[in-house]
Amino acid sequence: MTVLAVRNLAKSFGGVQAVAEVSFDLSAGQLLAMIGPNGAGKTTCFNLLNGQLQPDSGSVQFAGRALVGLKPRRIWRLGVGRTFQITATFASMTVRENVQMALLSHHRRLAALWPRAAALHAADAVALLAELGMEDQAERACSVLAYGDLKRVELAVALAHGPRLLLMDEPTAGMAPAERIQLMELTARIARERGIAVLFTEHDMDVVFAHADRIIVLNRGRLIAEGPPAAVREDPQVREVYLGSGATFGARAG
Amino acid sequence: MSFYVIQFLNGLTTAASLFLVASGLSLIFGVTRIVNFAHGSFYMLGAYIAWSLVGRAGGGALGFWAGVLGAALIVGVVGAAIEIVLLRRIYQAPELFQLLATFGVVLVVQDVALWLWGSEDLLGPRAPGLKGAVEILDGRLPEYNLLMIALGPALLGLLWLLFHRTRWGTLVRAATEDREMVAALGVDQRLLFTSVFFLGSFLAGLGGALQLPRDAANLHMDLNIIADVFVVVVVGGMGSVAGAFLAAVLIGELHAFGIVLFPKITLVLVFLVMAVVLVVRPYGLLGTPPAHPRATGAGIEPVIRPAPRALALLGLAVLAILVAVPLVAGPYAVAMLTEIAILVLFAASLHFMMGPGGMASFGHAAYFGVGAYGVALVMKSFAAPMLPALAAAPLAAGLAGIVFGWFCVRLSGVYLAMLTLAFAQICWSVAFQWVAVTGGDNGLLGVWPAEWAKDRTVFYYLALILCTAGVLLLRRVIYAPFGYALRAGRDSPLRAEAIGINVMAVQWGGFAFAALFAGLAGGLFALFKGSVFPTYLAISKSVDALLMVLLGGVQTISGPIIGAALLAGLEEQLIRATAYWRVVLGLVIIGLVLAFPQGIAGFIAAQWERRSPGREAARVT
Repeated sequence: MTVLAVRNLAKSFGGVQAVAEVSFDLSAGQLLAMIGPNGAGKTTCFNLLNGQLQPDSGSVQFAGRALVGLKPRRIWRLGVGRTFQITATFASMTVRENVQMALLSHHRRLAALWPRAAALHAADAVALLAELGMEDQAERACSVLAYGDLKRVELAVALAHGPRLLLMDEPTAGMAPAERIQLMELTARIARERGIAVLFTEHDMDVVFAHADRIIVLNRGRLIAEGPPAAVREDPQVREVYLGSGATFGARAG
Repeated sequence: MSFYVIQFLNGLTTAASLFLVASGLSLIFGVTRIVNFAHGSFYMLGAYIAWSLVGRAGGGALGFWAGVLGAALIVGVVGAAIEIVLLRRIYQAPELFQLLATFGVVLVVQDVALWLWGSEDLLGPRAPGLKGAVEILDGRLPEYNLLMIALGPALLGLLWLLFHRTRWGTLVRAATEDREMVAALGVDQRLLFTSVFFLGSFLAGLGGALQLPRDAANLHMDLNIIADVFVVVVVGGMGSVAGAFLAAVLIGELHAFGIVLFPKITLVLVFLVMAVVLVVRPYGLLGTPPAHPRATGAGIEPVIRPAPRALALLGLAVLAILVAVPLVAGPYAVAMLTEIAILVLFAASLHFMMGPGGMASFGHAAYFGVGAYGVALVMKSFAAPMLPALAAAPLAAGLAGIVFGWFCVRLSGVYLAMLTLAFAQICWSVAFQWVAVTGGDNGLLGVWPAEWAKDRTVFYYLALILCTAGVLLLRRVIYAPFGYALRAGRDSPLRAEAIGINVMAVQWGGFAFAALFAGLAGGLFALFKGSVFPTYLAISKSVDALLMVLLGGVQTISGPIIGAALLAGLEEQLIRATAYWRVVLGLVIIGLVLAFPQGIAGFIAAQWERRSPGREAARVT
């Protein structure tokens, strides 16, 4: 079932066409990797989907609803979770409280002036953390966590309200190689179990080819390839973008 | 016609003098990120020192100008010395601590000036050769004013050359944009900062010295000019010298024509303009948003955990003692404790905004004062009994919080703080100028409690009950989902919005909630004193609240309680003990800032954690 349908998305900054005529679909339970060299338009594309930026034209349909024009917090309420390239967590709260914030917001209890927040939805938060293998860290402050653990906190927060779509901007940036594989395995398992559609950008090709069901490749704002990992790997245009055409060095070597 | 021309030129004269002081402040802020409250003191020192030097040099033109220049140089050296001795040690501390330290300097300078030059206004000599006036279209303008008018653009040009044609100036511009990068490139920051402080203070001193022929040097010059200069710097854009010039002209003309066109609301006008500019252009006319905000690590707030049992017991014990005090102590102690209880609530309400809310306010007195005037006006106009009138205090303040907060939460950081200051000054101006309703400077008298509460002890218990309840309620809310939502918005607005939190709305609510409790404190204070005055709304009242919160420790919930009790007690004792209480208080503040950059309660909490392992990075409350 198609969860996310993007059609002819376009955005330019001044004279620079950052994203041009990008279209793709994403189904439930599927992991879609968006790759491309630096400056390809990946982050812009992400920010168009999550409401941080407004597209010049094109449409984004999430479970049959148009997302264009909605604020990030509205999009979240519709069931879209996000993680950030540079982790954004509440440093003055514990890991458990970070997850509880998402739950409190989901249940629309943030205006409450009297009950103790620490006791609300605590069990749900701990259960989710346990699922991510973080129950030992639940009572630690986010400000003292290792970066890899913060990335997992982000994932836990993003999963808290039972999203149907997860947008992950470089989920493994800044992590050690072993941790990267672990985190993406975890993400893939949860996504399949819960039928969550995942769109992620990534620079580590090991991670991409190990876990993505499909890959889309951006270059200079345009979609240049799309398909299963094996097909994208063999695509001559993708090879050219990532490795160069070989014309410069190839001639001399020959 | 000629009248308007003369008014226009007078406006430009004021503008030149504002620009001299404001350009220095803007420069210092741009490079060091310090909001220098003491800048007005440098201005005042400039005037006093010039008075002494010129007086000694005799009446000649050479003597006069050498005196003026010498005064500016001395002030520049004083500024550099303050930077080296004091501010250099606390660049790593939170921004507001530096503000606090400079306020300590304000107090010290006030008393030093009092001691050196006495409390009489000192009339300066007129500038030799410029004593006359010129005729312009039938109007007369002092020649000296023409000189001042020419000085503004000339100084702007000189500064432009300095910043664009010298290596030092290029470094200053670079540091204004990104000082971490400048440091990473191997520039000696200490030298740069000290030299910027020298130039900034020199300009302020020059401004003060040049003011001498127009106005007598007096002890109120410092705080009188600092409010206007803040407005100029904020309207122009902090760190932008050209913006400061533009804003100085705007504010100068506003002063000149405001008196003619809107004589009743001259004081409000300036701050109204500032509020409008900040809402339309949040970083000022020529200002730019801070380019590369980097995580410094210094700003990470600790986790708030429930109070340990020992602290709860201590709190109960203190409360028991407070209840028992009237049985053993005299009326003086009871009165002092009443005042402290009220100030604790006032400080706790500001802490709610600043700590969990992350919104620093330089104008919290607005809500205290609106609460006080609320009680007084309801009692006077409707002859209302005490309790309903007292209920009007938090309502009026909360309403003010809703209105002002709507504007303020659109900004953040220093700009938000400056806008709160603007609103507080607007309230103060209304109380000061709307004599028919507020009694103006004379205030409203005879705001006494009802017959049953007239007894000092009974009123003490009333204040104790209401203030304790208020503080406990604020605490409770910090632990409730709403308090968590506030902290979420403070810690990471990006993440908060990404989990559906409307950060602006939450901050707006927090702003109004804090205002409500400040209003209750103000209402009680009005009944306690039996009168209300515009001073309840003044900058110094807002600074008091800031001092209490920051000295106590903004990161701990008990901080403001400790801070308020200490400061109120200290001030009271000092004023009784010596005429030079300001210098002592100022030195105490500076000492505390240097010794406890986390605040006193923050320091205690850190010690507590060191002795209880396993509570890493947690902060007891």
